Amino acid sequence: MEIKNAVAGTLESGDIMIQIGPGKGLDINLKSSVEAQFGSQIRSLIRETLSGLGITDASVNAVDKGALDCTIRARVTAAAVRASGVDVWKD
Amino acid sequence: MRNTKLATLEDAIVKSGLKDGMTISFHHHFRGGDKVVNLVVDKLAEMGFKNLHLAASSLSDVHEPLIEHIRNGVISKISTSGLRGALADAISHGLMAEPVIFRSHGGRGSAIANGRLHIDVAFLGASSSDELGNACGYSRSENAKSICGSLGYALPDARYADHVVVITDDLVSYPNVPRSISAADVESVVVVDSVGDSSKISAGAIRDSKNPRDILLAKQAAKVVINSGYFKEGFSIQTGTGGASLAVVKYIRESMIEKGIKASFALGGITAHMVKLHEEGLIGKLIDVQSFDKVAAESLKNDPSHQEVSSVEYASGEHLGSATHALDIVILSALEVDVNFNVNVLVGSDGIIRGAIGGHQDTAADSALSIIVCPLLRGRIPCIVPKVTTLITPGSGVDVVVTEYGIAVNPSRPEIAERLKAAGLNIVDIQSLSDKARSIIGTPAELPFGDKVVGIVMNRDGSVLDRIYNIV
Amino acid sequence: MMFVPGNNPGMMQDAHIYGPDCIMLDLEDSVTMAEKDAARLLVHNALKSIDYGGTEMVVRINPLSTPYGRKDVEAVVKAGVDVIRMPKTETADEVRELEAEILKVETELGCVGRTRIMAAIESALGIVNAHAIATASPRMMGIALGAEDYTANLKTQRSASGAELLLARETIVVAARAAGICCFDTVYSNLDDMDTFRKEVELVKTLGFDGKSIINPRQIEVVNEVFTPSEKEILKARTILAAIKEAQAKGSGVIAVNGKMVDRPVVIRAERTIALALAAGVINKEDLQ
Repeated sequence: MEIKNAVAGTLESGDIMIQIGPGKGLDINLKSSVEAQFGSQIRSLIRETLSGLGITDASVNAVDKGALDCTIRARVTAAAVRASGVDVWKD
Repeated sequence: MRNTKLATLEDAIVKSGLKDGMTISFHHHFRGGDKVVNLVVDKLAEMGFKNLHLAASSLSDVHEPLIEHIRNGVISKISTSGLRGALADAISHGLMAEPVIFRSHGGRGSAIANGRLHIDVAFLGASSSDELGNACGYSRSENAKSICGSLGYALPDARYADHVVVITDDLVSYPNVPRSISAADVESVVVVDSVGDSSKISAGAIRDSKNPRDILLAKQAAKVVINSGYFKEGFSIQTGTGGASLAVVKYIRESMIEKGIKASFALGGITAHMVKLHEEGLIGKLIDVQSFDKVAAESLKNDPSHQEVSSVEYASGEHLGSATHALDIVILSALEVDVNFNVNVLVGSDGIIRGAIGGHQDTAADSALSIIVCPLLRGRIPCIVPKVTTLITPGSGVDVVVTEYGIAVNPSRPEIAERLKAAGLNIVDIQSLSDKARSIIGTPAELPFGDKVVGIVMNRDGSVLDRIYNIV
Repeated sequence: MMFVPGNNPGMMQDAHIYGPDCIMLDLEDSVTMAEKDAARLLVHNALKSIDYGGTEMVVRINPLSTPYGRKDVEAVVKAGVDVIRMPKTETADEVRELEAEILKVETELGCVGRTRIMAAIESALGIVNAHAIATASPRMMGIALGAEDYTANLKTQRSASGAELLLARETIVVAARAAGICCFDTVYSNLDDMDTFRKEVELVKTLGFDGKSIINPRQIEVVNEVFTPSEKEILKARTILAAIKEAQAKGSGVIAVNGKMVDRPVVIRAERTIALALAAGVINKEDLQ
């Protein structure tokens, strides 16, 4: 799957901003306001979500402002869809 | 004046007999605008002092320059009620060899009065002073530069320190009365350009919070107060700052008018909201250890039934005359509350110090009814937790916890739970709140604490309550 | 019914704590074209993960005539939404088109009939067709007025008195009642003018609406205060219903309470009062025993 540069999400409280670009393997760089408590959980969730979409090679820059897991999944998916041009919905 | 005490800062320090290793003290009535601590410690560093114990009533973001003075050995020990900003962050990461001693306001007052905290030289900022040292937190002169109102946290220092230096930016003619600090307690008076940035000392008027969560919490807390059994003619009340706590007063006011109930006094940090109720005749007296805004400070200056008190008179656990012993209801905030009702207001959920004990311990222990108003979550940070990061206020003194997901009542107060249930409030088990928080945000990882003690939390009687470890 | 922008995770995650009867997550007007895809994913994931504690969940989708509408339907039906709100509804055919889209996704999931429809009427044509829209599908649970687009379409604007909306409001209530479904009034956007807001809520309650749309939690209290029956009203309703029960037990025909004849409409109103009081939580089922 070809990955272009794409971004999704915002820097508002409760949100996470995900930037995806071309890369080798999954390279995830996270800055989080809850790094101590949730940093490693967030990194694995990003990894898991991308793998679920069949993306194995990409570099990810994420800036997290305390987003819940469902928000992280949505933002990673949105960025991945924009980067790959492959939507998760049928139409 | 035949016996002026006017001196330069350097002369005042020399005259004080300060030596390496001694204890110096400050108050925090200038809040985020304070210039006194940095000014004095810079001078002490310049004069070559080492190993000083800095005992402040509290420290905040503005005291970041202390980091350098700690690194250079000027300051080797700190006692305070709170720490914030870069200084707090550095100390949490192990900046100091000796742990910081944290005391409540009442705990600090009684420690000073009982000699457990001996102060060699107190440097006390004042918004006005005459040249003999009659000083206060406002000024009646035309040159008034700052106003902070009550100097309640400085009064024990003025009374019990071996040597007192008043620092003011508004020297007025003798006698500066009414006054807070008496000339009888003062050895030197130093005039400086500015004791603080007045815009940061006191906000003009606090705006009502429009945050819907604050409003929700405040309305729930007001319902708790009104249905608690303590809301009756002559009751007394204290509230903290913070959007929700402030807004509670607004809703209680409506009910006081509707039911024709008046309060005998309001205590503690006094805000414009409390002044308004007082001026409307709904609150008899204001007992003020700290004036939170300009309206409160002006009221203290002008209204004889708005009384300044020292932190000893306010909240000492060892002086039966202290006002907290007469307090019915207190509404407080929290960083964390655990399933045993223990409260943390000092250390963030990331293990970094970011708060102050303030009067939390004192008012929770002494009041007839203590209500903690606290959201279940702040972003992804849980506020109702299985165990507090640091124990500040023991759960034995905490009666009700109000969150947006329900109200928990300490099992030791079943009669209050019954009254609130009868009023139709959503009473829940505190364990279920903790579980709810976990179900929304997941389980946070263990914090990376090291094995170095960076802070010691004192109980108000001088015993050790908890230890704060460094964050790696 | 509280409107929450569908691209704002902070607002979406705890909208239910303020106690609205239902939450409408919006994918339409509050989301820019560039963010339609991201908002759709956010709403999908929020519906799947967040425990809204029994609050009825509605999603306002984009019209099926846009490139977004069909994907919106797929995303929210897959997430188990209670109600899809269809914007700018003008004809019964549009409702049937949405119904077919929903059925397609539900068939794939094996949950046919789970999703209900609410139609927002926001134009003169929609008002003219109100009853046809209200009866277009067995899934139709309610119709709602969207006043901003409607007044623009009428070539007028909203006023404090609401005179320009009177016909639309009355038409919607009548169409909904004829169809046996609910009806919801439009939003009021000036958060700082609670007095005018309260007057508007009182007006729409008098007109017969079941509820009001709101844009901020601060408006909930006013709506609840207006729609919740007073203690006096509840007492009266309970007295009437008790008298009915007693009369039925005795087998007597004509009933009078406090000297007034109790006929069928009086009983219906009393039952509605009790239903509203139960819904508002001012009384509970045990109280009625």
